[in-house]
Amino acid sequence: MPAETRCESGIKEMVEGIVAETGSARSDLIPILLRISTECSYISEEAIRQLSSCLRLPESEIFAVATFYHMLLTQAHGRHIVQFCESAPCHVAGGREIFQALKDLLGLKPGETSQDDRWTLFTTSCLGVCGIGPVVMVDTDIYGHVLPEQLPAILENYR
Amino acid sequence: MSIIRSLVLISHDPESKLLGSEAIFAAFIEQLHHYDLQDEVSVSYATDIGQSAASPLVIIYPEAVIYGPIKPEDVPHIVEEHLYKGRIVEEKRAPTKGLSGKVAWLPVRKGSNPAENRIVLRNIGVIDPESIEDSLNQNGYEGLAIALTMSPEDVIKVISASGLRGRGGAGFPTGMKWGFVRKATGAKKYVICNADESEPGTFKDRMILEGDPQSIIEAMLIAGYAIGASEGYIYIRGEYQLAIERITKAIQQAQKIGFLGEGILGSSFNFTLHLHSGAGAYVCGEETALLESIEGKRGEPRTRPPYPTTQGLFQKPTLINNVETLANVPAILRNGAAWYHGFGTESSPGTKVYTMLGNVNVTGLVEVPMGITLREVVSIYARGMKKAPLKFAQTGGSSGSIIPASLQDTPMDFDSYRTAGLSLGSGALLICDDENCIVDIVKVLTNFFRVECCGKCAPCRVGTQRMYTTMTRITEGKGKMGDLEELELISDTLTNISNCGLGETAGTPVRDMLKHFRAEVEAHIKLGICPTGICPMVAEVPEFV
Repeated sequence: MPAETRCESGIKEMVEGIVAETGSARSDLIPILLRISTECSYISEEAIRQLSSCLRLPESEIFAVATFYHMLLTQAHGRHIVQFCESAPCHVAGGREIFQALKDLLGLKPGETSQDDRWTLFTTSCLGVCGIGPVVMVDTDIYGHVLPEQLPAILENYR
Repeated sequence: MSIIRSLVLISHDPESKLLGSEAIFAAFIEQLHHYDLQDEVSVSYATDIGQSAASPLVIIYPEAVIYGPIKPEDVPHIVEEHLYKGRIVEEKRAPTKGLSGKVAWLPVRKGSNPAENRIVLRNIGVIDPESIEDSLNQNGYEGLAIALTMSPEDVIKVISASGLRGRGGAGFPTGMKWGFVRKATGAKKYVICNADESEPGTFKDRMILEGDPQSIIEAMLIAGYAIGASEGYIYIRGEYQLAIERITKAIQQAQKIGFLGEGILGSSFNFTLHLHSGAGAYVCGEETALLESIEGKRGEPRTRPPYPTTQGLFQKPTLINNVETLANVPAILRNGAAWYHGFGTESSPGTKVYTMLGNVNVTGLVEVPMGITLREVVSIYARGMKKAPLKFAQTGGSSGSIIPASLQDTPMDFDSYRTAGLSLGSGALLICDDENCIVDIVKVLTNFFRVECCGKCAPCRVGTQRMYTTMTRITEGKGKMGDLEELELISDTLTNISNCGLGETAGTPVRDMLKHFRAEVEAHIKLGICPTGICPMVAEVPEFV
């Protein structure tokens, strides 16, 4: 079943499947949410509703947890997520220029999605690869020692 | 000075010499000139590498990849792939089995890497991290075997006597913490490895988890035996995908051999280990927030007391140690407490891993004895400042101290730093030259806390936001002198009444800025200029105009 179908009409079966594999204890909640967020690109309201009845936890409780963690996305976003590290080590290594170039190139402010649904721009705290700052992450790929003039070529890899 | 980014060592013992090490040396020099890399790569002879089966050997640092046996005709391919394109030539790697533990003796001289004292980074880049056999060849699990011959109380005595202190930032005596959990009442106890390393500029724990995962499992087993726990969790931040994969594999291998499970090494000690992935929240590195997160809740720090040592995970007594702290444990068991006192200072024995970042020639990890000074790290290990002189360094990520150049000769250990009103933190060293504006950097740091604050307690929720808006106003040329008193008040309030360590330390950069660089801040306000020309000094035009 393609991802769109699984995450929409098949969401009940999907959530039940993940719970069956991961477990239904309270301590399994974050691993379950991480899997839904990865497989469906975000955690929809319907997914929270299904999970609520599976785990016998209030929807509000699940929503509170899902919105606490940066890696759990609760809103639809573009096909590719561009993340820029705004922490001090990258800032000192030339991050200011990169961030400006990135915003100009994409025409987006942090948190926004492009009209063609291709990009969503996020800022992030440290990614732990400070040795190669400034760092830009596109989906799960990390680019280090980035120069402003390299950005167009990097973004070209993602359609 | 030129920056050496790689170091090539060629074994030059009599056997290697017979097998052509001099021709290999010449071939490297020739090929490096061919790619115009002669100024970036230094080539030296090494005397005793201790692995004659694969000689002649070639070791390339900083990756510490060992190639062997190597013939002169292999050199062009290695230079092109490894040094020019940055790809390791897998088929030429020396078999890692049979390593004697001595890796390479690095002479301290110009153009080569200065000697480090590697205890926790001992195996990094030397062994195949996905092979438990490699770890065993390097005395892996020997510390556990020694511990199991002792009583749990004696193991704690050894750790206490070693003087090991927590490397997560606070410097709490590790042996004392173990003792607290040992004495806590309750049949069920837990060991947790805090691998939620999120301080900006810190990636030492990631390197240990990725490069030597078995050492952490071994240390957790020793800790579990000592405190009487049969279950443990490694909490790794979600962004560290490779570390998560490596630890998952390492746990499977340790289970297969029987280091995890029941009746470990023929004793009556049982231990199971779980991996828990974080999902992106800086505050979860705070130990009680980490517990909440493992329990499947929002990562909001708990009110203390009770402390985790008596009521931790699932309300059971819990030991929580940082990755680097644990990585010291097997070595202490193997070599004894007295040996550990041979490194570092009287009250802070051992080594510390620093991450060197910023405006220096060499960035990356370095493991050196406690008590070394910032000046030594910058001039010896970071090979000096890149362009302009040192203005300040920031230790320990966002929550650490700002050390002005005038304090760079303070020994870096827990107590000397505390006496000087500084904190060592997690060991990140963001080294900044005098082209950086202190106001600009502190604005970035206050933004970090504003974003990462969990929102549970009001002082932190309101204070971090207020510090950021005030700092932003100063960078826009709209600051008032009254802002400085307000910043002081906020940072003191944060320290005094916040619920957890995040809030308590959030004001440190602001306080240090006002203490050491007040004139520069006042120039922004009184004269309306940024002395380094970095701050915009005008308000950014709002989008709707």
